[in-house]
Amino acid sequence: MGLSPEEWTIIALSLKIGVIAVLAMLPVAFAIAWLLARGRFPGKLLLDTLVHLPLVVPPVVTGWLLLILFGMNGPVGRWLNTWFGITLLFRWTGAALAAAIMALPLMVRAMRLSIGAIDRRLEEAASTLGASRLRIFFTISVPLALPGIVAGAMLGFARSIGEFGATITFVSDIPGETRTLPIAIYAALQMPGNEDAVTRLALLSVGLSLGALLLSEWLVRRSGGGRDGL
Amino acid sequence: MAFDIDVRLRRGEQAIGCSFATDSGIVALFGPSGVGKTSTLNMVAGLVRPDAGHVIVGGQKLFDATAKIDLPPARRRCGYVFQQARLFPHMKVRRNLRYGRPRGDREGGVGPLSQDALINILGIGALLDRWPPSLSGGEAQRVAIGRALLSDPQCLLLDEPLASLDEARRLEILEMIGQLHRLTAIPILYVSHDRRELDHLGGDMVEMA
Repeated sequence: MGLSPEEWTIIALSLKIGVIAVLAMLPVAFAIAWLLARGRFPGKLLLDTLVHLPLVVPPVVTGWLLLILFGMNGPVGRWLNTWFGITLLFRWTGAALAAAIMALPLMVRAMRLSIGAIDRRLEEAASTLGASRLRIFFTISVPLALPGIVAGAMLGFARSIGEFGATITFVSDIPGETRTLPIAIYAALQMPGNEDAVTRLALLSVGLSLGALLLSEWLVRRSGGGRDGL
Repeated sequence: MAFDIDVRLRRGEQAIGCSFATDSGIVALFGPSGVGKTSTLNMVAGLVRPDAGHVIVGGQKLFDATAKIDLPPARRRCGYVFQQARLFPHMKVRRNLRYGRPRGDREGGVGPLSQDALINILGIGALLDRWPPSLSGGEAQRVAIGRALLSDPQCLLLDEPLASLDEARRLEILEMIGQLHRLTAIPILYVSHDRRELDHLGGDMVEMA
């Protein structure tokens, strides 16, 4: 089936927002996952709860919070605008932010599990061989946590391209700027006699998610499987 | 003095203490399981901090409670062969062997032994391109010994390296360890609960109880 220019725009935008959201959030999510898996500090429970908030709070509330924080008159929004001339409201960057926040808990959970599963005795062995903490981190810890990092990134991506509630609350529905697949489906549903468009978009959405899932399976196998499946 | 060690550690109800000083190039720590032999090795390697005492290897102070000296494991240069080989599962044998060397150093051996000679003695030449999870217990342990030696250590710590092997393999690896010691002159601290292994290896015997 041929895609219309509007549909291409919607897909490209969805992919762009998903990829940027995950890439930007990856280091943050890994740092938080590391802290939660390894750290012992006061306020750990608070951080844990805070990270999981987007998972349990209705997305519309997350969007509203983003609006308050990053809106024109919000503390962060005003600061970004004054110092960097950056506005997130009603922009695709805002949609990426909303997607990233919604993806964060899933990414952290997957990474935390795999960091927790790293055999610390291998890190000990590396230290007796003269490796610095930094070298151990990059040559032992990160590679051993790689399957979880990949899984977290892919989960986050799937969540990002499916994001609806927080996005539409924060950046509204602007064709070409913030109209992602789920928002386009919702918009199409609002108009009567549009069943065909809805069906096409819904199928696209399913296809995209399936593709992401298959890719993630494949990547996880590649990053962890090659040596174990001998 | 090859080893001058006096360490004490309290762990809950258990008190671990080990004290000896010797010039012998091979020291065997002997005693029933649970007496703290592995903990003693960990204290020498810097993986566990003693409550009191000192660790001096080859004249270098690695730990001294009163002088507040406590080198991190990475700077102690103790080649440690653990009870389970602890090879890095995501690196082929070749990279495991070179892990303790600087990045550019592809050839360097240990003391008078070249890398190739060491690999020959250990009989691991055919394993270089294998992944550690595919090795047998004896093969993995031989690679672990090679990896520890190639980090150019000033002493070698062996924690029951033969525990998971069958009788024939044990003797074979014991011979290798003896031969490597004669060739490199690196002092060895060897832990076992099996007296026969220690008799075979020779050297000083420290009994822990």
